[in-house]
Amino acid sequence: MKKTIYSILLASLGICWSCNDDAFLDRKPTNILTEQQVWSSPDQALSVLGDLYNRYVDLGTVKNWTAISDFNEAFWSEAGQYGNFQNTGWDYGAWGAWDYGYIRDLNLFIQKCNNATALDAATKDRFLAEARFLRASYYFELVKRMGGVPLILEPLTYDFSGDPTYLRNPRAKESEVYDFILKESDDIKDKLPSSTSEKSRATKGAVLAMASRAALYAASIARYGTNTPVVTLSGGEVGIPSSLATGYYNKALGYAQDLISGKAGAYSLYNKKPDLSENFASIFYDKANNPEVIFVEDFKLQSGKTHNFTVVNQPRYGAEEEEGGRINPSLNFVQAFEKLDNTYAPLPTTNSDGTPVYYSGISDIFADRDARLAGTVILPGSKFKGRAVDIWAGYQLADGSIISGTDRGAQKVLPGKTLAEQVVGFDGPIDGFEFTAQTGFYLRKYLDPAVGSGQRGVQSEMWFVRYRFGEVLLNAAEAAFELGQKDLSAQYMNSLRARAGLTKALTANDINFDRIAHERRVELAFEGHTLYDMKRWRIAHLIQDGNSISPTELNSELDKATKRNTQPYSLWPYRIYAPNTANHDKWIFKVVKLTRVTGADRFLMGNYYSRIGDDIISNNPKIVRNPNQ
Amino acid sequence: MKILKYFVVLAGLLLVACSKDNYVAPSITLKGRIVYGGEPLNLEYSQVGMQLWEPGWGKLAPIDVTVSQEGTFSSLLFAGKYKLIIPKGQGPFMTKAQQGSSSDTLYVDLKDNQNIDIEVTPYYLIKNAKFANEAGVVSTTFDLSKVITDANAKSIERVSLYINKTQFVAGSTNIAATNLSGANVTNLTGIKMSVNVPTINPDQNYVYARVGLKIAGVEDMIFSPIQKIQYK
Repeated sequence: MKKTIYSILLASLGICWSCNDDAFLDRKPTNILTEQQVWSSPDQALSVLGDLYNRYVDLGTVKNWTAISDFNEAFWSEAGQYGNFQNTGWDYGAWGAWDYGYIRDLNLFIQKCNNATALDAATKDRFLAEARFLRASYYFELVKRMGGVPLILEPLTYDFSGDPTYLRNPRAKESEVYDFILKESDDIKDKLPSSTSEKSRATKGAVLAMASRAALYAASIARYGTNTPVVTLSGGEVGIPSSLATGYYNKALGYAQDLISGKAGAYSLYNKKPDLSENFASIFYDKANNPEVIFVEDFKLQSGKTHNFTVVNQPRYGAEEEEGGRINPSLNFVQAFEKLDNTYAPLPTTNSDGTPVYYSGISDIFADRDARLAGTVILPGSKFKGRAVDIWAGYQLADGSIISGTDRGAQKVLPGKTLAEQVVGFDGPIDGFEFTAQTGFYLRKYLDPAVGSGQRGVQSEMWFVRYRFGEVLLNAAEAAFELGQKDLSAQYMNSLRARAGLTKALTANDINFDRIAHERRVELAFEGHTLYDMKRWRIAHLIQDGNSISPTELNSELDKATKRNTQPYSLWPYRIYAPNTANHDKWIFKVVKLTRVTGADRFLMGNYYSRIGDDIISNNPKIVRNPNQ
Repeated sequence: MKILKYFVVLAGLLLVACSKDNYVAPSITLKGRIVYGGEPLNLEYSQVGMQLWEPGWGKLAPIDVTVSQEGTFSSLLFAGKYKLIIPKGQGPFMTKAQQGSSSDTLYVDLKDNQNIDIEVTPYYLIKNAKFANEAGVVSTTFDLSKVITDANAKSIERVSLYINKTQFVAGSTNIAATNLSGANVTNLTGIKMSVNVPTINPDQNYVYARVGLKIAGVEDMIFSPIQKIQYK
């Protein structure tokens, strides 16, 4: 038996052979493209570029609903977020960014695209310009958050000598990074198409819009940096000398005017719809021939790239999913919108003698306001997707007592009646009840009116607008004002304000810093500008000064750019229940501070530029720390 | 039955833990105060921070040390040689150069529990603060003393009287406050301020009060000692 086994084993050894066939073993990997393959055709190279586009970094975007609605412009109606209204500010590391991996990939792309032989000259030029646009955009993002950063424009290679110290680069000056962005913009703007229909790839319009914003930021840091001398570093890594301000303002105005005058294509304000509020909301969801939008992050249904902004923020009542209502714009923000005659006024809730103002319709209190208010905020009594929102806090009886409920649409028996009926809105507001309009408001901007956008399984393909014509007009208006050209500034402001339905044109004498800052606040709200605007004007520590707001203070100084905004307030509508009296079924409004709002935000001097991590500084001791941390 | 016994024995074996591979917890306390003229400074809770650095090994990262309202701090550490620094821009004071050195870095050779007082120079001090309570109004009288009067001197932005339900009394934690802007402070002695006590829910018959001074161009405020005020 044993013999048989041995002989079989021996025989099988004999029939085993090895092969020496190179073609058989040396196979190309099927899950990865080699460099040669990538650069063999424009389509392959474009997909690499597509990945680089996908890694574009924004702070406030529809992909991050908290970052887009921070700084007490809204209350966050989600139980897990209440802590943000109970603490006193932000970590030094907040808003930090330091992705040199992305910069390396961009540099590698530029290097390899330059060497590519299979691309024709026009394609190559465009790809190169696009990659340089993305690189400049990311350096812009870095300089906004961290101040001057090392400017790495070539892919660094390690020589494996055991000593990588030669790869350490110090931080560039803040102004040098801005200069780099502007120089790149000048170089690439004419290599990109002037096409208003191209929104998600770099165009000449996108470059000009970025350059005007960057020049404006640099200019205002130079001018207003003198107000906060402690926010500087002696090496210029943070802070720009005030002597450079005028030069940057001139550039900002120049780039903006190039774009406004049509040098990059026929961009204009979006003005397609007669209802001005609807028109304003449409800027963000109308993807067909939108003349205002310049550069976006685009999304597409059923492609894997969608976002759930509408899911998490849709009005809760009758929503397509059992959630929504997270961003509740604050009363502070709602009151910032002017009356149609350019005056600032708080929403009238009480008469001078302290008695409440009675309104016959729930939305009457918002009458005669800037159309952008209803275009940005879902007010009580308005509609979304054809369904009226149900925002009201309860009944007030003739003796002043309140009947309300603790659940959405709760029912109780009113005095003199026998049957229970609804005593609070299905959208709240109920103090501490998440996903309802706790401030009395929902957000409208960036909510997608398409059917299904509120479903988790479908989501939304609404784009996120990074640059639009309205902002460019504001950049021009601000730069013109700072250069003393108030007439020109008023002209740009008025074209924007006419679209918002404001009836009286501003004159040169009306233009001042507070006006400009206010216009940006209401026009560009919830688009990711708030932090950077507060920072570059060096007023963040005044707006977020850590002191709580009293109800009287809430209504004062509405026109001041430095008005304290440390806590979000609410406005709750109550219905009067007093049968057989004149006020029966009328509405009154009460200013409320939610019980979840206990902290007051404080923006520290160390928050102006985000903390650079200790691991980064350990690896590269040439990096100097940001001030006041 | 036997099987059950084995199980008990086996389970017993599993319960035995060994202490050999566990790290020792830090056990040495470094305590101290931020003082001027031997008196600790009154600051805002958790707003003034210091950093402890232990160079020599690993990647560098500071251990944060925050200073309490009463100007004290404490940290539980391992033995070692530390550098204690107060980062620029922290605190309503100027740091002093340490003995035998041109910088304000304090070298701490930590072998045993240690108590250190860090001497600094505040821009201002609030002195002789007296509080009184009458009919729902907390009033105070106090003096200010300007400590730094040379080229580094800074002006007063405002003086604030804060009251709170708990003993954490400052700009971010108060139930009522009154402010007096620096322009209206003409005489540094005998300054009077008062604040109305709002309705407190749930009711309590005491509040904590203190006066704070905001120095122009300096982030952190300096305070008077906290006083508990009984009423009713």
